[in-house]
Amino acid sequence: MENVPPFLVPLWTWLQGFQAPEALRWMNWTIPTALFFIAIGVMLLVMTLLELVWPTQERKGFWPMPTTRGDRLFIGLLGAAFLHLGWLGITDLPLWWASILALGWFTVEMRYG
Amino acid sequence: MRKRSLGLILYFVFLLLPIYWLLVMSLKTNQEILGPITFWPENLTFQNYFTIFNDPSWYTGYINSFIYVVMNTAISLTVALPAAYAFSRYRFVGDKHMFFWLLTNRMAPPAVFVLPFFQLYQTFGLFDTHVAVALAHCLFNVPLAVWILEGFMSGVPREIDETAYLDGMGFPRFFFTVFMPLIKAGIGVTAFFCFMFSWVELLMARTLTSVNAKPIAATMTRTVSAAGMDWGLLAAAGVLTIIPGAIVIYFVRNYMAKGFALGRV
Amino acid sequence: MNKTWNNAAWLLVVPVFLLVAFSAIIPLMTVVNYAFLDIFGPGETYWVGTDWFRQVLASDDFQGALVRQLIFSGMVLLIEIPLGITVALAMPAKGWTASLALVLMALPLLIPWNVVGTIWQIYGRGDIGLMGWFVTRVLGLDYNYTADPLAAWITVLVMDVWHWTPLVVLLCYAGLRAIPDAFYQAAAIDGASKWKVFRYIQLPKLRGVLLIAVLLRFMDSFMIYTEPFVVTGGGPGNATTFLSQQLVKQALGQFDLGPAAAYSLVYFLIILLFSFVFYTAMSRIGQAE
Repeated sequence: MENVPPFLVPLWTWLQGFQAPEALRWMNWTIPTALFFIAIGVMLLVMTLLELVWPTQERKGFWPMPTTRGDRLFIGLLGAAFLHLGWLGITDLPLWWASILALGWFTVEMRYG
Repeated sequence: MRKRSLGLILYFVFLLLPIYWLLVMSLKTNQEILGPITFWPENLTFQNYFTIFNDPSWYTGYINSFIYVVMNTAISLTVALPAAYAFSRYRFVGDKHMFFWLLTNRMAPPAVFVLPFFQLYQTFGLFDTHVAVALAHCLFNVPLAVWILEGFMSGVPREIDETAYLDGMGFPRFFFTVFMPLIKAGIGVTAFFCFMFSWVELLMARTLTSVNAKPIAATMTRTVSAAGMDWGLLAAAGVLTIIPGAIVIYFVRNYMAKGFALGRV
Repeated sequence: MNKTWNNAAWLLVVPVFLLVAFSAIIPLMTVVNYAFLDIFGPGETYWVGTDWFRQVLASDDFQGALVRQLIFSGMVLLIEIPLGITVALAMPAKGWTASLALVLMALPLLIPWNVVGTIWQIYGRGDIGLMGWFVTRVLGLDYNYTADPLAAWITVLVMDVWHWTPLVVLLCYAGLRAIPDAFYQAAAIDGASKWKVFRYIQLPKLRGVLLIAVLLRFMDSFMIYTEPFVVTGGGPGNATTFLSQQLVKQALGQFDLGPAAAYSLVYFLIILLFSFVFYTAMSRIGQAE
């Protein structure tokens, strides 16, 4: 993992101490993908709690159909995934440019979608 | 009017000729098949069917297929019934997203899952068992069952539930003695669809089995590639796979469309 | 449609969730993991980042298969939907002919997909198949689906039309039967032409079932594997290799786990997008009615 930014190295080394349980070894877990799924899990959890505390109202944004908070999250994530894919398919430039773009899109979608 | 029925008859000819041809081929000898074309069997023979019924490597394929198909139908119905009830009667946190997630599993190509399935089932020691195929087919059959049943259940007035609960009936008793008899037709059609989609699927069934649970579909494709071309035998095996469905179709003909429409006609 | 809020209903959904999650989420997580690794054997893996995605998106195999897939699915919809509506309109409405027509109509839908392939593999051959014999000997055309890409395409397409148009017919038939007679009587009083009846009474009522027909036909043709696998094996060359075939070839044939996983994810995302669009459209129509 030579491309880990220096300030993250201690955290990275700490994370590497974790081992996947034997039964899950075949899935070939890696730290980035594990973090990715943890993030998704946390998102779902937060959305559920938010929903219980502060139920969503359907509202009309720039899409033809009214959307709920969950819908906007899904559209935002799907759009971000396609932005990354498109970036990989079209240019050889570093991927994090696409990530910045995706973040912008995600914000717009959550706010105005 | 006459032009219309003529067109319909032509369509049915288009529909039935390939099946007729398969049937005819299964009743011919291989010499006749490979010789000049004949439109019906001139030397009628049932030899191809005898071969299948007497050769374990053939007929166990049918038995294996039946075992996992029946298991799958039972599992799918058992878990889908309560879930469909929840979807048709209540709103709960994330219900629509849950429903959408189920739909994506019906729509996802089995090819995407085949690669990890192989390893997943190997890890759990399920490879080459009937349970493995039954569970794998749940991926698309459970969502399908939930969709169809939800459609049928939404057609039952909610007053029936409320009256039953007011009478002090508990949920399990109400569900089994009052509600399930009301949607008998729906359960029948759902069972039929689970049976059918598990029966027609090849890719997963073939990937997850090798010997002990090898389905008839895999037996057929492997024979094509290995033993060269015993066309008559192949056709006979094909005809035998059509018969179970053809019989059941008759009983569900009036509900079939509703099943295909995922319960929403 | 005013359902009561009850979060305890989740308990009834848990079994479904667990069962489908076992077969859907664990494999999907595995695919995501594999897509970023070069895998030589158990424990011998190397992080490659997004290399596989770049490779897959740039590869001719994937692009070709995607283009063929889109053309195929498009043609399937263009042929099967209008044909299905036409046949449904011509179907008898009641009596024993209606029952018979329904049963016969459903027959192709119940044939295992590999047998559908076998049927057409035999049926299309010039030496032993009725259709092949008719086209080559009676019409005198040069037709050989194992050698000529165009013939292979036509065979696979005709096979799909044969296999799945009945589904569209059944759905439309059910939709048509749901139209009350009063509508037709009103139209007759107004002296509406057959076309007007179709355009302004039948077609709007068919909207719901047609959407489902389009959804199912699009999605199922988008994952077609078994039938062309049996008939043409994806050939001649790559002419009838669609997305699923390409994927299975890579995953199980060559055991290229990393690239196959990246391929799977791209494929899955495309499906996810289409599912979402269709699902949204469907629930909107459901609400409008």
